[in-house]
Amino acid sequence: MPLTSDAPAADAPERAGPPPTEAPALKVVPVRHPARWAAIALTAVVLAQFAHGLVTNPGWEWGVFAQFFTTETILRAVGTTLQLTLYGTALGFLLGLVLAFMRLSDSPFLKTVAAGYIWVFRAVPLIVQLLFWFNLAYLYKRIDIGIPFGPGFFSFDTVNLVGAMSAAVLGLALHQAAYAAEIVRGGVLAVDDGQLAAAAALGIPRLRQLRRIVLPQAMRAILPNAANEVISLFKGTSIVSVMAIGELFYQVQVVYGRNGRVVPLLMVATVWYVLLTGALSVLQHYIERHFAKGATR
Amino acid sequence: MSAMVDIRSVTKSFGSVEVLRGIDLTVRTGEVTVVLGPSGSGKSTLLRTVNHLEKVDSGQVSVDGQLVGYRRSGDKLYELRERDILKQRTHIGFVFQNFHLFPHLTVLENITEAPVAALKRSRKDAEAAARRLLERVGLADKADAYPRQLSGGQQQRVAIARALALEPKLLLFDEPTSALDPELVGEVLDVIKDLAQQGTTMIVVTHEIGFAREVADTVVFMDDGRIVEQGPPSQILDAPRHERTRAFLSKVL
Repeated sequence: MPLTSDAPAADAPERAGPPPTEAPALKVVPVRHPARWAAIALTAVVLAQFAHGLVTNPGWEWGVFAQFFTTETILRAVGTTLQLTLYGTALGFLLGLVLAFMRLSDSPFLKTVAAGYIWVFRAVPLIVQLLFWFNLAYLYKRIDIGIPFGPGFFSFDTVNLVGAMSAAVLGLALHQAAYAAEIVRGGVLAVDDGQLAAAAALGIPRLRQLRRIVLPQAMRAILPNAANEVISLFKGTSIVSVMAIGELFYQVQVVYGRNGRVVPLLMVATVWYVLLTGALSVLQHYIERHFAKGATR
Repeated sequence: MSAMVDIRSVTKSFGSVEVLRGIDLTVRTGEVTVVLGPSGSGKSTLLRTVNHLEKVDSGQVSVDGQLVGYRRSGDKLYELRERDILKQRTHIGFVFQNFHLFPHLTVLENITEAPVAALKRSRKDAEAAARRLLERVGLADKADAYPRQLSGGQQQRVAIARALALEPKLLLFDEPTSALDPELVGEVLDVIKDLAQQGTTMIVVTHEIGFAREVADTVVFMDDGRIVEQGPPSQILDAPRHERTRAFLSKVL
């Protein structure tokens, strides 16, 4: 195969086109897509059948669904689920931010500790970890706050301190932190080196460099992944049901355990999860738009 | 006149590559020094040692009589804390080849960021000063634009205004026109010439020989981590003594 090719037109005689005559108004006919129409028809049929089933199959028991969808028990459970998500996300990303900068630091010790944390907390299944926290009182009866290895100033009974709810938040947050750390680190690495060089050359103080120059730019890379994590944590709260915390999935199980209406109550949970995930996606859209200032894409 | 920059026996290696092999250079206050040389000759690295963006392996750099990046006590040099180095840098303006404007901040915010953050100026004063600087570089109407909405030449002029906002004693330019379309080079060089005529002390690393001839008080030719020769432009550009300088100039002229 020739590596170079001369333009064939170079030595070809200039082709004399038809003499310029009155250009007829030509109509453009777009290409047809018969296969696409077939696929559309097929998809429509399947969708229609599914919708028909939702409406006509008595097993869905839409009456029961409507009865429970907005009962106080369920609403309170939705509130608990949202609380777990909020605290888990806030604490998780805060700790994740610290871990990310530990891992990005020049200290081999801090780097190793952060890497070790990420290793362990990504390795231990969330449910195992949650049960550990739930049983913390078995390991440590009391928690003292004071001088390390020295006398304590405040002390708490572990059983009281780590109630089911705080054990759940702690577990979710520590689990989330490991993932958040890597997401934040990825975002920071995505910021061009030159930005830090410019900020350093201008004498901008270190913390302000991070807060004003690096993080806002890193956010563009962080946000889509972070949103994935928040949504996954939101649904992950259902695991907390093993600790008998009255979040959405646990409460639904309690109700259908009592009345035996499994399917409509699972639908109650499903619809709430779907609606709230939709709300989170809308929120994500607006936050991403905020951080896209000055960007061309 | 006194020395603004004093570079003494500076060496620097990246791994096993010696980038600077003993550089001595003095830049007097109010003078323009243009550094020429082939790629990889160490000229950009040298420039970055002047504001301690690059640490030297040995030797020392002083700006306005003050050691950069270190404090001397007896015969020891103690590395300064980052906070103090950052403070030193506010006296030294740096303009990058690729501008490095902050893309998420408007032109005005780019210029006011350092005065507000590093010099603790009020936002109002900083903005008024920034608008005057924008006028000076001919971009008064672009204050609220984002960097990506500007041409390369305009971005570089904003970067110069950003460096000037700290009212530095010294300006360093690292190939300020190398990333620009040829037709945009002139507008940036005009701004730098204007600064030179007002007596700003600066070191300019560039490939623009015409600019060097017109503006430089001293031309320095570097190759392979060493200064081959230096002198007034008429001497270095028109009657170079070293074969290496002649060979370089014959290629770029």
